Amino acid sequence: MKRLGPRVEEKVARVGLWALTLITVGVLFFIIFFILRRGLPVLSLEFLTANPVDMGKSGGIFSTIVGTAALTVLALLIAAPLGVGTAIFLTEYTWGGPVTRIIRFGAECLAGIPSIIFGLFGFILFVTKLKLGWSILSGGLTLAFMLLPTIIRTSEEAIKGVPPAYRQVSFSLGSTKWQTVTRVVLPSAMPGIVTGIVLSIGRSIGETAATIFTAGSALRFPTSIFSSTRTMSVHFYILAREGISMSKAYGTAAILIIAILGINVLTYYLMNRFIKKYS
Amino acid sequence: MSDIAIRVQGFSQFFGDVRKLNALDLDVRRNEILGIIGPARSGKSTFLCALNRLNDLVRGSRHEGTITIDGRDIYAPDVDVVELRRRLGMVFATPVPLPRSIYENVAFGARRAGVSGRERLDVLVRDSLEKGGLWEEVKDRLGTSALKLSGGQQQRLCVARILAVMPEFILLDEPTSGLDPISTMKIEESLRRLKKDYTIILVTNNTKQAARVADRTAFFLSGDLVEVGPTPQIFTAPADQRTDDYLRGKFG
Repeated sequence: MKRLGPRVEEKVARVGLWALTLITVGVLFFIIFFILRRGLPVLSLEFLTANPVDMGKSGGIFSTIVGTAALTVLALLIAAPLGVGTAIFLTEYTWGGPVTRIIRFGAECLAGIPSIIFGLFGFILFVTKLKLGWSILSGGLTLAFMLLPTIIRTSEEAIKGVPPAYRQVSFSLGSTKWQTVTRVVLPSAMPGIVTGIVLSIGRSIGETAATIFTAGSALRFPTSIFSSTRTMSVHFYILAREGISMSKAYGTAAILIIAILGINVLTYYLMNRFIKKYS
Repeated sequence: MSDIAIRVQGFSQFFGDVRKLNALDLDVRRNEILGIIGPARSGKSTFLCALNRLNDLVRGSRHEGTITIDGRDIYAPDVDVVELRRRLGMVFATPVPLPRSIYENVAFGARRAGVSGRERLDVLVRDSLEKGGLWEEVKDRLGTSALKLSGGQQQRLCVARILAVMPEFILLDEPTSGLDPISTMKIEESLRRLKKDYTIILVTNNTKQAARVADRTAFFLSGDLVEVGPTPQIFTAPADQRTDDYLRGKFG
């Protein structure tokens, strides 16, 4: 076959890559459009502020919004400090010996485990063994374990990306190790760490399998972390699978998507302000 | 009081199995500028980092022999390394401003040492920038990012930054290697001024720079101290053939 001229080759590459990008973005927009077209008409103030009535056939989804938020916040409160702390330890306080490698390998394995396994594990450990029952606490702990590997990995990468010269400068100016970590390394790594946490928020909000086993599916408004609750994704799943109300299901899905988009936009906005302040 | 500030005796530095410095014997006198010249990988930077114990941060680092400052062994177990590093300010080859404002860069070391209070810091920052020869250029924009300064300004900022920690010694590791001649000149001017109050060790791969500013010059080669002496003597009548060869540009 005759070889294409360099100009033609360039053009083909450009058009080809363009098309691939278009497909990716197209699929994304199709999904969002599909959900929103069915979901948006259902949305109203009442849908957001009323609790579900009659298994969710009527009423709103207020208790599931609160349940999702509670689970996510709890999971992050546990996983973020643990994960960032572990990442700091692995990168700044060890020389990369066998113990570090084992911890890192463990975290990586944990990241590959399907969420339903985490659900089962959480059910056995927290719900039955520790007798926490189906509750926000059980669900939050389970989600935290699930998010931990992601947070560790992304934080580690972010911390490793901080130029070694910054540490040298900090030490040479008479900083202690801890001052170097908190005043120089962490601020510089913050954008990467936050990205990891935002990804985790998205996963946490969208998680179904791990929460249905651990937080349960109660529709009552949760009153404490020992209450069972139903997250939005579980609500969507039950509404759709049991054929209770497809319109309410799409409404819930629309809120889910809007919430995740909103959190992303807000975080990146805050992060840009942070970066401006520090550079 | 002795005019020997730093005394190095039989000092060797190892990283794992690699020996980077071979049994050095060297005295640094108070308020002198000691120039250290030598080809790349001759152990010049390693020597500086042995003085402020930055070598400790490298895995597998160990040493033999002693280094004393004012008669005290800096590797003794009871030495506070953080305190030691405050006494020896270091400027690196590439200027490394931290990603903060000019003001916060200068205040960084002082803040870590517990200096607080807006007024005290204001005075300290101004003082340090003046001594570093940068005040006039940045006094109206102390709040802007240090990363926006030019290379030469960044390096003078790094000098000012260590002055704010009130060190006794200034270690410079090829501070002008990436700078243009005018910026280099400004740094050298600052050094001549600073000599009055500080003891300065200047590592440079530019032998002419040593000739211009150093009182005494030491020649390092492959981790050995070949010779040390008054700068004019080293440059006009070196005792060792290798020094002569290096200065004539036969290698390095």
